[in-house]
Amino acid sequence: MLHMILFLAFAVLSVAGAVNLLIQRHPISSALSLVVVMGSLAVEYLLLGAEFVAAVQVIVYAGAIMVLFVFVIMLLNAGEEERTHGSRVAWLLGIPGVLALTVIICWALVEHSMAGVAAIGALPGPPADIAELLFHEFLLPFEVTSILVLIAIMGAVVLAARPESVEQTKKES
Amino acid sequence: MTLIQTTAALPAAPDYVRILPEIVLSIFGMAIMLLDPLIDERRGQRLLGGVALAGSLVAVVATLFQAQQQFWGSGFWDMVKVDAFSIFFHFVVAAVLLLVILSSYEYMEVQQIRAGEYYGLLLFGAVGMDLMSSAVELVLIFIALEISSISTYILAGFRRRSAISTESSVKYFLLGSFATAFFLYGVALIFGATGSTSIPRISAALTEYISGGGGPLLAYLGIALMFVGLGFKVAAAPFHIWTPDVYEGAPSPVVGFMSTAPKAAVFAVLLRIMFQIEAPGRIWLIWIAAALSMTLGNIAALVQDNVKRLLAYSSIAHAGYLLVAFASLPENGIPAAMFYTASYAAMNVGAFAVVGHFASAGERYVTLEDYSGLGRRSPVLAAILTIFLLSLIGIPITGGFFAKFYVFSAALQANLVGLAIIAVVNSAVAAYYYLRLMVVMYMREPRDESPVPAIPSRLGIALGLSLAATIYLGILPGRILEYAARSVALLR
Repeated sequence: MLHMILFLAFAVLSVAGAVNLLIQRHPISSALSLVVVMGSLAVEYLLLGAEFVAAVQVIVYAGAIMVLFVFVIMLLNAGEEERTHGSRVAWLLGIPGVLALTVIICWALVEHSMAGVAAIGALPGPPADIAELLFHEFLLPFEVTSILVLIAIMGAVVLAARPESVEQTKKES
Repeated sequence: MTLIQTTAALPAAPDYVRILPEIVLSIFGMAIMLLDPLIDERRGQRLLGGVALAGSLVAVVATLFQAQQQFWGSGFWDMVKVDAFSIFFHFVVAAVLLLVILSSYEYMEVQQIRAGEYYGLLLFGAVGMDLMSSAVELVLIFIALEISSISTYILAGFRRRSAISTESSVKYFLLGSFATAFFLYGVALIFGATGSTSIPRISAALTEYISGGGGPLLAYLGIALMFVGLGFKVAAAPFHIWTPDVYEGAPSPVVGFMSTAPKAAVFAVLLRIMFQIEAPGRIWLIWIAAALSMTLGNIAALVQDNVKRLLAYSSIAHAGYLLVAFASLPENGIPAAMFYTASYAAMNVGAFAVVGHFASAGERYVTLEDYSGLGRRSPVLAAILTIFLLSLIGIPITGGFFAKFYVFSAALQANLVGLAIIAVVNSAVAAYYYLRLMVVMYMREPRDESPVPAIPSRLGIALGLSLAATIYLGILPGRILEYAARSVALLR
């Protein structure tokens, strides 16, 4: 029972954090609400019996990545964002669309609540299980992720480089 | 763990052959990155292009090597599966990569684009596309999809001096990430419904479900959400809004690449999901998307004045024709879709290579007006573009004709008369805007008498190869279709 209450409380908290992230005007406030989302998700993972994933979530997401976010915001000295009203079509179609999708998903989940019932601890949770999965069954996706990260880094380099680099080097040489 | 267990847990040698094209492309991609800072930039452009070209050639050879029957089957603990189906798409991706690299040489110099990252990203992107077509595990498909998408987001922004190129990249990135989130949520729901992310196991679980009388409601929803994500990537309506803006801003060879290779790979994923899982609700989902894509794409293309935007809307319409095959029965639908993908890749890469060459520095000449009198200014270029346009219309002796023919007959055999009629009417409408471009090229006075730069040799080879492929598919479609038909049984 307590388990359920905790689960629901943190679920609500994470959704509230996510909504707040969108509403806030200042990037720092948004970043801090993201910490709330990450933190409450970590608790959810823990409650589901995935203690390793929960720890990683705290260390990597709530820790490292959020520090990077805050650093970048501070370095860029990002101010309050300007708001536009957006297009009317987006409001007229978007909000009913989001509501309809939410209702459909909730209905499907409630209707089908017994679909994939698994006992807590039945799925891999401890580090040994995760390691077994990562380096055996999911070895290929794990290795291929390195290419994903590599092209993301290349992309950052390309997009951050000065556009006139070709001309400059031509003049120099 | 004992020693015996440890060795058993290592991938066997044939496993590596099953991802050989991917390994080859990654090695060449890394070689380009390592060479880039070591060599002088001016000579570097050509040298790096040469390495990339070699990489794509070796990838073609690796695909052919993979095609030996002894290497067929699944590897890496049922992550990838090599069969006639995946080899077909590996070949399409590698061939498109080859053509795009050949047609990029001159473009890179004219537009002054840095070559190292460009060729590297092309090769790494192709790794993702190859993996998508052979993966039978949704987690791997997701990672491969991200590799191919992120590399194309970046490639779209390579014309750094042009604001619309940056706009194109940012727009593509934001909307694409949004679509990926839908795909991922669909995967999560499918996992919730079936307890697995492996396509064969999902398929088995769903069959059991349906025979047990249970309505797989979560699976319906999961498939629909995955279709949203994948539909975005192939520019199917109603997820097509990004296409014209992105294609207009991105460098032309890149558009040639991203309108064919990643689409082919995503269609491969869709074929696996729709047919191997026997996705519930498949026909209606596809019916609506196909009809919308064809109609919206063709109607919007009628009023375009920019050739790149015109071809962008045409690619939306072609995604629609292709989706018609997905609503058909597997035994005709799968080969028809595969044949369409191959012939569309050949003609579209060619068309964008011509557009990229004619556009000149800064992509100046891209409107219909600019093309007036091209038939007199450069008869060869105009003739080549005309053949690709005729193929896009679907005139006999070009690949486009048989592609449409097989798709429409597959639809009729599945009793989708309504959809077939919509498709036929649409291809008649589409003829108007392709013919309009031809009329402008041949019947109008040239507005500008300055000579069009001659076709450089490498671009010439690329154009020759894509012309040859287009006409080969239009005259002798039998062998390709037969090969495609062999994969039907493997998918089921």
